Amino acid sequence: MSAALQNLVNQPYKHGFVTNIESDIAPKGLNEDIIRLISSKKNEPEWLLTFRLEAYRRWLNMIEPTWQNVKYPKINFQNISYYSAPKPKKKLASMDEVDPELLRTFEKLGIPMHERAALAGVAVDVIFDSVSVATTYKEKLAEVGIIFCSISEAVQRYPELIRQYLGTVVPPGDNYYAALNSAVFTDGSFCFIPKGVKCPMDLSTYFRINTEESGQFERTLIIAEEGASVSYLEGCTAPRFDTNQLHAAVVELIALDDADIKYSTVQNWYAGDENGVGGIYNFVTKRGLAKGRNSRISWTQVETGSAITWKYPSCILRGENSVGEFYSVAVTNHHQQADTGTKMIHIGPNTRSTIVSKGISAGQSNSSYRGLVRITPTARNARNYSQCDSMLIGSQCGAHTFPYIQVQNNSAQVEHEASTSKIGEDQLFYFAQRGIDAEEAVSMIINGFCKEVFQQLPLEFAVEATKLLSFKLEGSVG
Amino acid sequence: MINANSKILLEVHDLHATVSGAEILKGVDITVRSGEIHAIMGLNGSGKSTFAKVLAGHPSYEVTRGTLLFDGQDLSALAPEERARAGIFLAFQYPVEIPGVANNQFLRLAYNTVQGQRGEEELDPLEFDDFVREKMKLLKMNPDFLDRSVNEGFSGGEKKRNEILQMALLEPRLALLDETDSGLDIDALRIVANGVNQLSNKDNALILVTHYQRLLDYIVPDYVHVMEAGRIIRTSGKELAQALETHGYDWIHTNEQITGALP
Ligand SMILES: Nc1ncnc2c1ncn2[C@@H]1O[C@H](COP(=O)(O)OP(=O)(O)OP(=O)(O)O)[C@@H](O)[C@H]1O
Ligand SMILES: [Mg+2]
Repeated sequence: MSAALQNLVNQPYKHGFVTNIESDIAPKGLNEDIIRLISSKKNEPEWLLTFRLEAYRRWLNMIEPTWQNVKYPKINFQNISYYSAPKPKKKLASMDEVDPELLRTFEKLGIPMHERAALAGVAVDVIFDSVSVATTYKEKLAEVGIIFCSISEAVQRYPELIRQYLGTVVPPGDNYYAALNSAVFTDGSFCFIPKGVKCPMDLSTYFRINTEESGQFERTLIIAEEGASVSYLEGCTAPRFDTNQLHAAVVELIALDDADIKYSTVQNWYAGDENGVGGIYNFVTKRGLAKGRNSRISWTQVETGSAITWKYPSCILRGENSVGEFYSVAVTNHHQQADTGTKMIHIGPNTRSTIVSKGISAGQSNSSYRGLVRITPTARNARNYSQCDSMLIGSQCGAHTFPYIQVQNNSAQVEHEASTSKIGEDQLFYFAQRGIDAEEAVSMIINGFCKEVFQQLPLEFAVEATKLLSFKLEGSVG
Repeated sequence: MINANSKILLEVHDLHATVSGAEILKGVDITVRSGEIHAIMGLNGSGKSTFAKVLAGHPSYEVTRGTLLFDGQDLSALAPEERARAGIFLAFQYPVEIPGVANNQFLRLAYNTVQGQRGEEELDPLEFDDFVREKMKLLKMNPDFLDRSVNEGFSGGEKKRNEILQMALLEPRLALLDETDSGLDIDALRIVANGVNQLSNKDNALILVTHYQRLLDYIVPDYVHVMEAGRIIRTSGKELAQALETHGYDWIHTNEQITGALP
């Protein structure tokens, strides 16, 4: 059994190819001039340049965090190019004018976007490297007052909204990578759902890193006003390279009274080869502010890619009765390392949070759950339920759980459950004896294990995630 | 039912097998023709389950000598899932639990895989649900077991019944039931035995591993074998089981005259 399975594990990364589009790349290195260059390339207002420069100055005085349970060589931040954009031949008015090479890339990735959009009723704001090249369904959304565009465009068209909200949930000096992002972010998505509007379709963005050694620094901002609701989908695939690429995104969500934001991610960036060479370093700060009464922020993530994942989508539950949710599946194989989890900060009374984390480790990989539940003195009757399950495939991988619980109000109810299981040879043999091969068996066991999380995903995403997991783990047992 | 002209389904000759370096099977010989029912008895640790697992192709066991032919085909060339698809079924002595995997999904996948292999129609979830419920009636199983995880938290007897349900779904050509009777209550034993009898016909064959005559009252074997220290040391008709029940295994060594009718 092992030999056949071994072959499966070693399948090449399906999305590993480079699109040959002439890129407009900034010289390597980071300094105030580069930041000024980015800002002027993007024709930004003065206040935004100031925001960037202040972030940069803070970053210079910060030190790279080392508390996470991951190991990697020191990153040389001066060896990264901080800006790269595909050069459009002329200004794009419609999809037909998008570089065909680019369209082929989407094709290879299995996201023929117009089709996908039409079939699934999804508006796709496609981000290619750092510049948004096409946006569909914008008008349809605009009819109900929804703004869904790249953040660069939003800076030009809705500067007041950006100025009002940018950096309010993740302040520029929040942490090392957030500061770096605030200084050099190039693009990302902006969503604004006005008062009382339920977004009629899932909003979806596919990110893709395309230029070797161009760190990508996305910035996403989503605002749901009173009574508004939105479901946002983020999917990522990246081509393979042998040098590690840094990715440090910041995502901020703001939900006002009775608003509801659901943010789903399937992350499948290049994880490095089976020897641990190459792969994306994914250092992400994602945080939602449940600001209003009865507001809800829900994170669902399926993390299968990247050489290193460092990511803690969090909720600040400030509004009375507000709700925070975190549903996560993190898969590591070969030499991947993941340190991921969440923070639930309960501030308002009657706030509730749910954490469901499923970690799957195979190969020589290492996966850690790290979560903080903090009940502050003002959070009367706050409740939290956490469940952290780990599954080990093979005997050379590791799973770790680091729950931090801080309760400062004795009316709080906090529950934590954890389990570790293993896919055993006898389980696989049982499947095999019924005619089911190891590949399908693993996929079935894993899907069962992840069920509670997959149920949170929109259907087509769940299907994609299921496939992706099977693909990632094919033959990792044996 | 013995018919010397029926086709040989299983032919095992001088089978030796090891697990973690220890030789457990030390020259097993057995021939099973279609239509036959065989019982294998023997002391704890004599190698009965090992034989079952070797036959099914468990990766921890290594065949070091001898031949293992199924329907004329050398089994050593087949992966365990291929053996299953070819029609070999093992009802486990200790069925494993598979948390998180719904029994109905598991059963359907197994069923469709085997159907697909035979070039027969696969069933969608709704069709399969009707189909499997019928089979469960035969075994008087509560349909609630469909929604639970495979074997998880099942009682000993419930696990055994779930094994026979799978046998009923997969309709194997050769089924080896490893102590399916242990853990079954008196009523369940009768129900399961009835189910097995209904599945038995002239084109398939059955090997029952058991410690008790009780099961053999319901499913009457054509041959009874005694295994000891990794070999089949005695083969006879159904009366051998009764004699063993009365006299115990030691009696075999003091009483050689029953060896008579070898197949
Ligand atoms: N992994 C192993 N390493 C060493 N010895 C093993 C291993 N697995 C099984 N054995 C030994 O092989 C022998 C045969 O075991 P087996 O399970 O086949 O017996 P059995 O005849 O089915 O017994 P029972 O009637 O109790 O079910 C036993 O002595 C057992 O301890
Ligand atoms: Mg046994």
